[in-house]
Amino acid sequence: MTNSTQSGSARTGRPQIYGLMGEFATPETLLDAAGRAYAEGYRRMDAYSPFPVEGLAEAIGFHKNRLPLLVLIGGVAGCLGGFYLQYWASVIDFPINVGGRPFNSWPAFIPVTFELTILLAALSAVLGMLALNKLPMPYHPVFNVERFELASRNRFFLCIEAADGNFDRAATQRFLESASAQGVYEVEY
Amino acid sequence: MAERTDETMAAEANAPIIEPGHTYASVSDKISAIVLTRPTPRSWYVGFALAFALVMLLFYTIAALIAFGVGLFGIMIPVAWGFDIVNFVWWIGIGHAGTLISAILLLLRQKWRQSINRFAEAMTLFAVACAGLFPLIHLGRPWFFYWLFPYPSTTGMQPQFRSPLVWDVFAVSTYLTVSLLFWYVGLIPDLATLRDRATKRFPRFAYGMLAMGWRGSAIHWHRYESAYLLLAGLATPLVVSVHTVVSFDFAVALVPGWHSTIFPPYFVAGAIYSGFAMVLTLAIPLRKIYGLEDLITLRHLKNMAEVMLATGMIVAYGYLIETFIAWYSGNIYEKYMMLNRAFGPYAAMYWALIFFNVILPQCLWIRRLRTSIPTLFVISLCVNVGMWLERYVIVVVSLSRDFLPSAWGRYSATVWDYAMFAGSIGLFFALMFLFLRLLPMISIFEMRGLLHELEGRKE
Repeated sequence: MTNSTQSGSARTGRPQIYGLMGEFATPETLLDAAGRAYAEGYRRMDAYSPFPVEGLAEAIGFHKNRLPLLVLIGGVAGCLGGFYLQYWASVIDFPINVGGRPFNSWPAFIPVTFELTILLAALSAVLGMLALNKLPMPYHPVFNVERFELASRNRFFLCIEAADGNFDRAATQRFLESASAQGVYEVEY
Repeated sequence: MAERTDETMAAEANAPIIEPGHTYASVSDKISAIVLTRPTPRSWYVGFALAFALVMLLFYTIAALIAFGVGLFGIMIPVAWGFDIVNFVWWIGIGHAGTLISAILLLLRQKWRQSINRFAEAMTLFAVACAGLFPLIHLGRPWFFYWLFPYPSTTGMQPQFRSPLVWDVFAVSTYLTVSLLFWYVGLIPDLATLRDRATKRFPRFAYGMLAMGWRGSAIHWHRYESAYLLLAGLATPLVVSVHTVVSFDFAVALVPGWHSTIFPPYFVAGAIYSGFAMVLTLAIPLRKIYGLEDLITLRHLKNMAEVMLATGMIVAYGYLIETFIAWYSGNIYEKYMMLNRAFGPYAAMYWALIFFNVILPQCLWIRRLRTSIPTLFVISLCVNVGMWLERYVIVVVSLSRDFLPSAWGRYSATVWDYAMFAGSIGLFFALMFLFLRLLPMISIFEMRGLLHELEGRKE
């Protein structure tokens, strides 16, 4: 794999590029490189893999996953809303006296309450995941790297952004190569 | 096929989940090639044409029904629930195996689920779509279906929330929505693979739009995995609740043979039983036609046969308890219901169901038969038929003779009932064929992850 950054030296440090991307052959080398990049002080970076690699998100410094909280909120809203829907319909809006049974016959309201709890929790899991990941996003600079299409097949990538305070065109390239990257590419906007 | 059976029998106990020699690239290419580059097999065209013809029959039946009304069907008083409800319960039961494989086996960390979960989930989705059709048609005036939902209407009326039929609406529509979400979320990384592998402009664009710009970022994967796990955790109680609510449609009524507390667990087990039978019915020809024997191995077939055997025994226990309670309750109506089932005008169906659901699957105790692919295929078809007969016996036999002999009647289905049923089978298979042609039938990213895990264990 050859180095595809021919005119690199001329552009050192300029923000015209999005960042530098290193290509790795295995999830282990990527995980190792990600950990080393974090230790080197890089913060604005992302790792890309064709399947979830355990510990990779933590290695690049991601710890706060707010999704479970969103799902809990969705579930509680579904539960309360589902029950209130039935209470309002059967007690307030359209009360029918059937053999003197209570209007608020709560045990009969449980199945619909349960289903709506699940429905809203599931919707918030999916929509929350997409929203936090800022998807859909059809365009992203990383797609400009030709080899990046292998990120959905069998190759592993680490992209350090030019916006990172520690980013230096030449030094970052040397770092990626020393972290056993098989190729280093410029990511254009 | 015969020599395959013998050769695989020896290695049966420890058959691998993936045959050796696969890499990340080879599984990605093999599965995506089915959609992108490999020529469509001729059997696909034949199968799709047949299924599509049945879809046309379905449309014709629905048009006739809307023009002339439900009088076309064999339903009458006392049997107001005929084929429609039988088919509804049958289809929705079939769907349950998909959710079980994708959600419950995920939570139980069963690695073998990963090559069958995608098409099992597709099966769920299409089976629930077919199921949803029947109660709508059965309404007689299907264009008023939205009356079942609470919405601000000028009539000022509200649905009756104390009725299991309204619970059904919420259970089935939630089930359809959650199954769709689960399936789509699972597809996103694979759609990205297809986008990157596609060479032609239009597939690249279409898969790209559907993949929503997925790029496999570690942070995205992290949230993705927690979303997937949470969905699995939510789908697990959901799948149990759906067939429970379906069984409430019966159990909450007073009809002998329906009014029983065993119904929820017995219905859920029956649903999983018929669903696994359908997964086997689909998987056996699929792996053969698309040459996927190295990804859907004998291990998968054997495991599914074992789940079928276990749930089949629960169903058999349900039948036993029904019979026992009919005697033990001392209730003359319950007792008569059981005698009528076994020796009345529909006795042939009852004994056929006992043969298909209880006696025949006992073959699966024998290792030789459990690992014989043709035997498994035949048994899976028989269980599908048996489970349909079970619902027929529950719905029709109980309704036809309830309490007063003066109110008894005899139900027989008309040609329209059969046309509708055949049409729904056509719809199911037509959707299945389109899915096989357009989307990856095995989860590619999960296969890559599985390969990585298996490698790790070797070291």
